[in-house]
Amino acid sequence: MDFVATDTQAMLRDTADRLVRDRYDFEERKKIVASEDGFSRKLWKELAELGLLGIEIPEEQGGSGGSFADVAVVLESFGKGLVVEPYLSTVVLGAGLIAAAGWEAQKHDILPKVASGDMLLALAYTEAHSRYALNHVATKARKDGAGYVIDGHKAVVLGADTADKLIVSARTSGEVGDATGISLFLVDPKAEGVSMRVYPNLDDRRAAEVTFDGVKVEASALVGAEGDGLRPLEAAIDRGAAAVGCEALGAMGALNALTLDYLKTRMQFGRPIGKFQVLQHRMADMVMAEQQARSMLFLAIEQADAKDPAARAQAISAAKAQIDACGQVVGRGAIQLQGGIAMTMEYIAGHFFRRLTALEKMMGDRDYHLERFAI
Amino acid sequence: MDLKYPDEAQKFAEEVREFARAELPAAIKDKVIRHAKMSPDAQIYWQRKLCERGWACPGWPKQYGGPGFTPLQRHVFDNVMSEEGAPPAVPFGESMIAPVLFHVGSEAQKKELLPRIRTLEYWFCQGFSEPGAGSDLASLKTRAVRDGDEWVINGQKTWTSYAQFANMMFCLVRTDPDAKQQEGISMMVFPMSLPGITVRPIITMDGGHSVNETFFDNVRVPASSLIGEVNKGWTYAKLLLGHERTSIARIGQSKRELRMLKTLAADQGTGGASLLDKPAFRTKVAELEMELLALEITALRVLAQEGSPGVEANLLKIKGSEIQQTLTELLIDAVGPYALPFDPNRGVGLGNMDYIGPDEAAALGPTYLSTRVVTIYGGSNEIQRNIIAKSLGL
Ligand SMILES: Cc1cc2nc3c(=O)[nH]c(=O)nc-3n(C[C@H](O)[C@H](O)[C@H](O)COP(=O)(O)OP(=O)(O)OC[C@H]3O[C@@H](n4cnc5c(N)ncnc54)[C@H](O)[C@@H]3O)c2cc1C
Ligand SMILES: Cc1cc2nc3c(=O)[nH]c(=O)nc-3n(C[C@H](O)[C@H](O)[C@H](O)COP(=O)(O)OP(=O)(O)OC[C@H]3O[C@@H](n4cnc5c(N)ncnc54)[C@H](O)[C@@H]3O)c2cc1C
Repeated sequence: MDFVATDTQAMLRDTADRLVRDRYDFEERKKIVASEDGFSRKLWKELAELGLLGIEIPEEQGGSGGSFADVAVVLESFGKGLVVEPYLSTVVLGAGLIAAAGWEAQKHDILPKVASGDMLLALAYTEAHSRYALNHVATKARKDGAGYVIDGHKAVVLGADTADKLIVSARTSGEVGDATGISLFLVDPKAEGVSMRVYPNLDDRRAAEVTFDGVKVEASALVGAEGDGLRPLEAAIDRGAAAVGCEALGAMGALNALTLDYLKTRMQFGRPIGKFQVLQHRMADMVMAEQQARSMLFLAIEQADAKDPAARAQAISAAKAQIDACGQVVGRGAIQLQGGIAMTMEYIAGHFFRRLTALEKMMGDRDYHLERFAI
Repeated sequence: MDLKYPDEAQKFAEEVREFARAELPAAIKDKVIRHAKMSPDAQIYWQRKLCERGWACPGWPKQYGGPGFTPLQRHVFDNVMSEEGAPPAVPFGESMIAPVLFHVGSEAQKKELLPRIRTLEYWFCQGFSEPGAGSDLASLKTRAVRDGDEWVINGQKTWTSYAQFANMMFCLVRTDPDAKQQEGISMMVFPMSLPGITVRPIITMDGGHSVNETFFDNVRVPASSLIGEVNKGWTYAKLLLGHERTSIARIGQSKRELRMLKTLAADQGTGGASLLDKPAFRTKVAELEMELLALEITALRVLAQEGSPGVEANLLKIKGSEIQQTLTELLIDAVGPYALPFDPNRGVGLGNMDYIGPDEAAALGPTYLSTRVVTIYGGSNEIQRNIIAKSLGL
C-alpha cells in the first residue's frame, strides 16, 4: 500500500481544493442546487478544462491516462465541498464502465466527449425490489430483429435527468436473480418509451425513477457481450463504493474541523463547551473515526481496480462498511455536539450530515457490505 | 411483545382504541405516521373531538376540565392514542404552562387561560431559548423592565416551535439583571399579536418549518402577564421542564414505529429471504424492542410511585429519545436505496401521484434527519446525564 501522494496527486488535490474553496462556497452551492439543472454546466466545463473529467481516460481519447488513485484525490475534495455536479454518475460509473467493458467504437465515441465535458452519463441498475443486489434484474431486453426492445423500471438512478446517455442493465435471458443473462445497453434518454420522474436525493444530487416502455435500441447499443453484464457491473459498483468512500472522507474531515471549531468558540455556562469532558471524548471518537476511515480508504483505492473479483469484493466491502460506520459517528456526533444550530438548513453542518447519510445508502449500504464481507 | 395491563386498564384501552378508530380521519392519521406537517386546523379538529369525549388534556385534574385519569389510565390513553396514529397534543399549553398555572397561577389567569388551552383556542409557544442561552438557559438576556402598569420587553428568543401558529407565548425574561442569574428571571404569558413581536422562520435540514426566531422590540405587556411572583421564574421553569421531560419519552409512538419497521422489513429483501429473516437485522430489531419494553415498564414503575420522579424522569428522556433515533436509523436501513429520495412533504401532498418506492419510504429520510433533535432539545442528553450524575453525589 502506498501512503504517499504522487506529484500528480498532489497537483490534482491542489487544483480540486482550490476550485472548491474559490468557486463552491456555501452560498454559491445553494444557487447551484436551486438552478434548473441542479448543477453548474459552467463549472462542469471548467472541470473539463482543468483535466479533471478525463483523469483515467487514455491519452489517445482525450484524457490523461491516470489511475483511480488520482480520481480519488479529486473525489475527496468534492466531498469537502459537497459538490453536486454529476461526477460520480458520469466519470466514475459511466465512463469507468465504458472504458472497462465497452467496445472500441463505444470508447471512441463516448470517452473523448466525457473528457471534454460534452457528454453526461448515468448508470441505471437499481430496481424497485433489488435493494443492492445487482443480479436482481427484472427489466427485460428482448431481441427484435437486429436490435432489442427494453421494458422495465429502474430506481433512484443518479444523474439520470441530465444524462445524455443511460447505461441500463437488462435481462436478455434467465430469471430475476440469475447471475447470467444480464446485459448492458446504452440508451438515449430521449428515445421513445423512456420516461422519468425526477427528484432530489437527501444530499441535493438529483436522481430519477426511469421507466422503459418498449424502448427500441440497435445491436450496437449493447455494451460488452450479451448476457455477460454482471461482472462489469459489479466492477463498476465496486469502484463506485470506493468513490463514495472518498467523498465521505472529505466530508468527515471538513465536518470534524467545523465541529472542533464550534467546541472551541461556543460559550455556555461561562466557558467554551469544548471544556466539557463528555464532549471532548466524543470529539476524540469522531477524529479517530476519520482516521480509521482514511486507513480503509487506502485499502479501497488499492483494490478498486483489482483483477481478482473476489479479493476486490472483500476489500471494498470491508472499506465501505467501515467508512459508513465512521461517517455515522462523525455525522451524528457533529449534530449532537453543535446542538440546535446544526439542525438548520442555514448552517452547513446539516448538509454534511445529509451527504454522509446519503453516501451510506449508495453503492451498497453498511448492512449489505457487512454481509458480503462475512460470506 | 405487548405488556398486559390489569383487566380494567385493558378494558379502558379497548374503549380508547375504538374511539380513535371511529373518529380519527385517515388523512390526519397519515400525516402523523409520516411525521408530516400538521395544519393547525387538523390539530384543533382533533382537540375538539377529544373535548367532546371529555378526554382532552388527559393529564389534567377534573377541577380544571381534565378527565381526571388515574396515572395508569393516563399511560394507557397516551399509548393507545399514539399507537393508533392520533396527533400528539400540542404540548406547550396543555403539558407545560398549564401545570405551572395549577401551582402558581392567579384565579384570574386560571379562569382565562385554562379553558382556552383545553380547546386550543389559545395555542401557546415556548419562549425560553435564546441564541446565547441554550443548555445554559439561566444565562438568558431578554429584558423586561417595569413601567407603570406594564412591562416592556426587549430581546430575542430562538427555536420557538410553531410560533407561526401560536397566538400566545409563555416566556422567560430577565427582570433583575443584578441578582444571581437564576434569581433575576420571571415568567410571563402574553399574546403573540402584541405590537413589537416579530416572528421569523427557521427551516430545518429536513426541509420543515417548525421553529422560528422571535424578536421583541419594546413590547408592552400588562402587569397581569406575570406568572406567580417576580424573579421566581426559574423555579417555575424547572417544574415545567420536568413535565416536558416525562412527556418526551413517546413510548406509544415508538411502539407504533417498531410495528411499522417489522412490516416494512418483512416486505423487503432479495433472493427469497426477507430483511426481517436476516439474523443481523433481526437481532437489531430485537435489541431495540427489548429496550423499549424495559422503558415502558420503567414508565409504569414511575407511575406506581408516590411523589415526583427522580432520576427516572431523566432516564425516560434519555432512553426514550435514543430509542426514537435508533428506530429512524433502522427504518431508513429497511428501505435501503429508497431512503435516498428527499421529499420534504414526506409523501403527503403527492395528490394522485404514486409514491416513490414503498409507501412509507418518502417519510423516512426527512424523519431520520429531524429526529436527530430529540437528544438535543428538552434538555440535551448530556445535560440529562449531568443531572443524574449530580444526583448520585458526583
Ligand atoms: C495489570 C496492570 C499493569 C500495570 N503495569 C504498570 C507498569 O508496568 N508500570 C507502571 O508505572 N504502572 C503500571 N500500572 C498502573 C497503571 O498505569 C495505572 O493503573 C493507571 O495509570 C491508572 O491509575 P489507577 O489505577 O490509579 O486509576 P485512577 O487513575 O485512579 O483511575 C480510575 C478511573 O478514573 C479515570 N480517570 C482518572 N483521571 C481521569 C481524568 N482526568 N479524566 C477522566 N477519567 C479519569 C480512569 O480512566 C479510570 O477509569 C499497571 C496497572 C495494571 C492494572
Ligand atoms: C427543532 C427544535 C425545537 C425547539 N423548540 C424549542 C421551543 O419551542 N422553545 C424553546 O425555548 N427552545 C426550543 N428549542 C431549543 C432547545 O431546547 C435547545 O436547542 C437546547 O436547549 C440546546 O441548546 P443549544 O441548541 O443552544 O445547544 P448548546 O447548549 O450550545 O449545546 C451544544 C452541545 O453542548 C452540550 N453541552 C452544553 N452544556 C453542556 C454541559 N454543561 N455538559 C456537557 N455538555 C454540554 C450540549 O449537550 C450539546 O451537545 C428547540 C430546538 C430545536 C432544534
